[in-house]
Amino acid sequence: MLSDWLYIGLFILIAAALPAAAIIVAGLLGPHKPNSIKNQTYECGIETVGETWVQFKAQYYIFALVFLVFDVETVFLYPWAVAFGQLTLYGVLEATLFILILAGGLLYAWRKGALEWV
Amino acid sequence: MNFWNDPVNFIGQWLGGLLSGLGLAPSLVNFLLSLLGVLVLAMGSLLFTIFLIWYERKILGRIQDRLGPNRVGPFGLIQPIADMMKIFTKEYITPIGADWLPYNLAPIMAVASVLLLYAVIPFGNRMVGVDLNVGVLYLVAIGGFGILAIVMAGWSSNNKYALLGAFRVIALLVSYEVPMVLALLVPVLLSGSMGMSAIVQAQAGGFWYLFVAPLAALVFFLSSIAEVGRAPFDLIEAESEIVAGFNIEYSGLKFGFFYVAEFLHSFTVSVIFATVFLGGWQGPGAATYPLLGFVYFIVKAWIVYFVLLLFRGSLPRFRIDQMMDLNWKVLTPLSLSLVVVIALVDKLLANVSLLVRGIGLLSSSLVVGFVAVEIMRQAGAKRRREVAPAFEHREAASGSAPVQPGSGGGL
Repeated sequence: MLSDWLYIGLFILIAAALPAAAIIVAGLLGPHKPNSIKNQTYECGIETVGETWVQFKAQYYIFALVFLVFDVETVFLYPWAVAFGQLTLYGVLEATLFILILAGGLLYAWRKGALEWV
Repeated sequence: MNFWNDPVNFIGQWLGGLLSGLGLAPSLVNFLLSLLGVLVLAMGSLLFTIFLIWYERKILGRIQDRLGPNRVGPFGLIQPIADMMKIFTKEYITPIGADWLPYNLAPIMAVASVLLLYAVIPFGNRMVGVDLNVGVLYLVAIGGFGILAIVMAGWSSNNKYALLGAFRVIALLVSYEVPMVLALLVPVLLSGSMGMSAIVQAQAGGFWYLFVAPLAALVFFLSSIAEVGRAPFDLIEAESEIVAGFNIEYSGLKFGFFYVAEFLHSFTVSVIFATVFLGGWQGPGAATYPLLGFVYFIVKAWIVYFVLLLFRGSLPRFRIDQMMDLNWKVLTPLSLSLVVVIALVDKLLANVSLLVRGIGLLSSSLVVGFVAVEIMRQAGAKRRREVAPAFEHREAASGSAPVQPGSGGGL
């Protein structure tokens, strides 16, 4: 079990090292002649106006909140799905109730207009 | 045990014997063998991308009534290698004010997140990198990691178009993860395990989850296209609106790696689809001869990839509000109700034969699908009736072209 995760750790190292090595090699092979005009940000030929790191639109926060609720609740469903074979009909009905509460939350967000992109 | 029945373990034991013969400690031998396995998987999938780029360009060319690459080598097969040689010698241009660490880390992470998915894919019977018991959750988690790379690239580039691309990616991520996770719940529920090998084993004998739960397969397919950011969900890098989105300020091989990551990722979601819904390596004779199973597996993944390319070549891009509507008002309620219906039907039919249960599950999926289509049809008709009078009025008043209802989505 632990060796499984060691394998994943090894995989993370290799998977990051391969592209990193290629990028470094390409950096050595390619030319390196920066100048201030070349390094300007490209915004279709027009000079940049103002700060780049602007504020997020508030809409994103609402979607992020709805997403958070759903993602956490669906992760709760995974252990239930793994144990599904051993469950009785009562266990399934309980999970159904759980999903219905979840669906109620979706309906509430929908009726409140949180799912409209404006 | 011979080579044809268990090739990976056969080679592993042979190499292990060879290395032990050199006088190395057993733990070191195991480590070296794992390292070799990882290198073969990662390098193999990276090199395979070269072929994928050629294939995709060729198919897209045919869809658009062109020939596609056909000059370098037979059928243009060497074209991506020539492109790769060229991109290796290009200069890196880093924009003024870019955030150095995330800017350079982003392309590496984008590729790494796709390569990591291959760690848990079973390519054949007993041909799997590591059979994690939480394989499905691992796939979802690593998928989110790839999107983080794109957000980092867009944020650190100090460019407004790139930032808009990053915003759109966030909207995409927070939406399409939910139906994807819910759709993957159905195979987990039916097979009773989150391990990829167990899910493949549970589909033995032609009981592919595509046939048993076609609606879950459809939801998973659509949401995985969205996660890759392919057309019709390619608004994260919409060329005609935000130039190229998150990768606008990248050049040379750093840009090339975003390209590689995108191509490899779209093949990888086909691979995952083939594993979870098309029975993976299952096929006649595949259990005894894993290499035959590998061939079946690649053929299945290839068919899914071809469908993905057809989608890309023929569908126009969604607007962001349409995309959010499709996700939150269609796919999420649909997959929620699908999980409930499948769980109830499967439990009620627990005592009948496998074939009858499969037919019951299939028909319940079809019923849910028909009900969903009917609800959408009626909602659409109602909306058209509401909009139509205002529509005629506006046309008569201004005499201009009618405005599309519900348009004007920002960003």
